[in-house]
Amino acid sequence: MAILITPSTKILIQGITGEFGARHTRLSLDYGTQVVAGVTPGKGGQHFEHQGSRVPIFNSVAEAARATGATVSAIFVPPPFAADAILEAVDADLDLAVAITEGIPIRDMIRVKRAMQGRRTRLVGPNCPGLVTPGTGPSSKGGCRIGIAPGYIHRPGHVGVVSRSGTLTYEAVFQLTSKSIGQSTCVGIGGDPVNGTSHLDVIKLFNADPETRGIIMIGEIGGSAEVEAARWVREHCRKPVAGFIAGATAPTGRRMGHAGAVIGGHEDTAAAKIAIFRECGIEVAATPSDMADALLRSAAARGIKLS
Amino acid sequence: MNIHEYQAKALFEKYGVPVPRGAAARSQAEFAPALAQLPEGATMVKSQIHAGGRGKGTFTNGFKGGVKFCADKATALAMAGQMLGQTLVTAQTGPAGRRVQSVYFTVASAIKKEYYLAILLDRASSRPVIVASTEGGVEIEKVARETPEKITKVRVDPAFGLADFQVRDLIAALGLTGAEAKNAARLIRNLYTCFWETDAAMVEVNPLITTPAGEVLALDAKVSFDDNALFRHPEITALRDLNEEDPKEIEASRYSLSYIALDGNIACLVNGAGLAMSTMDIIKHFGGTPANFLDVGGGASKDQVVAAFKIILGDPNVKGILVNIFGGIMDCNVIAQGIVEAVREVGLKLPLVVRLEGNNVEAGKATLAASRLTLVSGDTMADAAQKIVRLVA
Repeated sequence: MAILITPSTKILIQGITGEFGARHTRLSLDYGTQVVAGVTPGKGGQHFEHQGSRVPIFNSVAEAARATGATVSAIFVPPPFAADAILEAVDADLDLAVAITEGIPIRDMIRVKRAMQGRRTRLVGPNCPGLVTPGTGPSSKGGCRIGIAPGYIHRPGHVGVVSRSGTLTYEAVFQLTSKSIGQSTCVGIGGDPVNGTSHLDVIKLFNADPETRGIIMIGEIGGSAEVEAARWVREHCRKPVAGFIAGATAPTGRRMGHAGAVIGGHEDTAAAKIAIFRECGIEVAATPSDMADALLRSAAARGIKLS
Repeated sequence: MNIHEYQAKALFEKYGVPVPRGAAARSQAEFAPALAQLPEGATMVKSQIHAGGRGKGTFTNGFKGGVKFCADKATALAMAGQMLGQTLVTAQTGPAGRRVQSVYFTVASAIKKEYYLAILLDRASSRPVIVASTEGGVEIEKVARETPEKITKVRVDPAFGLADFQVRDLIAALGLTGAEAKNAARLIRNLYTCFWETDAAMVEVNPLITTPAGEVLALDAKVSFDDNALFRHPEITALRDLNEEDPKEIEASRYSLSYIALDGNIACLVNGAGLAMSTMDIIKHFGGTPANFLDVGGGASKDQVVAAFKIILGDPNVKGILVNIFGGIMDCNVIAQGIVEAVREVGLKLPLVVRLEGNNVEAGKATLAASRLTLVSGDTMADAAQKIVRLVA
């Protein structure tokens, strides 16, 4: 088992005919992911072809989901139209919408998040690398890859990874795989200040997933999402958790590429978050090179085998 | 994106948020025409820079105070001459300070009482939050720390907008009644509309004042905008003042690089914001100091890498460079070729440590080795960081 997506999950791609969406659709198909539909308004009836795969394109998400049984959408739509694309996925009652798009206006996300209240769809992102549940084929092929992560660095197994940053997630996954430790599911929740799924949401899912034995949580300066997750871990999590916070050297009040990573209050600095992680029993990685080892330390202390 | 006070106040006026009458001047020649727009009498002269703490700031020539009260317009004219073209250092500018390229003259309002009012994003609720306090004209962080009960927060439901009862709550918290209450209610509603319609990231009025005549005015104005939304506000994008930005950062944005100058001596070139931040962290962890944040994004083309090297080398403090690329999808060999060409093109003389990992990394490392460039390879982030710290020590 994994969380949110499994190798048999059927996904559709919103923005499949754009350059960005098309490139990553091809990579997901190569990985063995069940990409069953594409959506581009005005191009319904056409097909997306790649090495023997022939993915039908629809004008709307509802139509695509009805015709193919897709339950998850990966959104590659450009920023001005991305909020509308998310709302369309929500309106079609999909299980999960994963917004890869970077640069969506905050006001649009405020409205989207409000409109999603009470709806069944979960949103991951925006401005995120997406999710991977590794498969059992060579280089973890046969898994479910939604978004832009490199599939081949993964290995099927029992560690859950949740992160706001794409390349730091890959760094953690690469360290794990190099040590022959596989992953259950890796979730990039995105760096924007208003996003769908939080660290805490993902950690609750990992905690409830019988296949996940340990968790790596990667955070950044700014906001209080990691702190909220850490406090929940202290009270409820039964599994070893390792954590890393990026941005200890970031100057106050400067934007660091992610709109969310701006130091504002007193519990959102790297030092404050790291201190709270320690209080909550989370093994802190001293450097980003130490993420997998930190989880190994935490697991060893509890007598838990990760692989 | 930030704008100047005089620009923010023009925006406020457009949305019906009352401000003291004022006029800006960008040169000595514009002083008199600007002052001519104001009535005789007490006048404020305010240095226009994108940083707070101007009133308590000091110019590099020793002159104190970037905001001055003047009893009459003649004094204001002389005072403006002391500020324009000078460099003002405040608690928020850093030691280098900012050159004052425009001054703003306003009518000096009679103040009955000062308040604080701001609107920004509340990340926890994903809603706009209006922050108000009876303690205006002081540092709001200090109020939050020492007397948090004097701060009222109202979160606005984006589906309904600012509700009347919420405005009443804010007015009550500020202790306003009668004409002041009515005027403040109108101001708060209009300020919220301004915040929402312009895709502002933050509007801050400190102080908001009442006058003996019962007026409620925004005496100061700080406004910043969500960069992601600028595409739909050309009129706001036009307010961008490149003089307020680091030329290296402007050059970087031309190549879709995200660059922020810091004060250390080890430059870094990294793909991905999170990895770039943690590369700075790991340099610090091993005893070095990062010279910058530089995210080349997901692509890292040769042109980008060359531009990045040039920008990095424009900083005279840089004594060494750490390149840290995790090529997930990208071919590491293409990146290695880009690094080799970039190093040759800029004629790099400083120590360079390259940590390359990911797709086709063996070919990439071979390309670097075959280049005969004097660069050092790092296997992990920790290894690379330790090597560059040793090389610049």
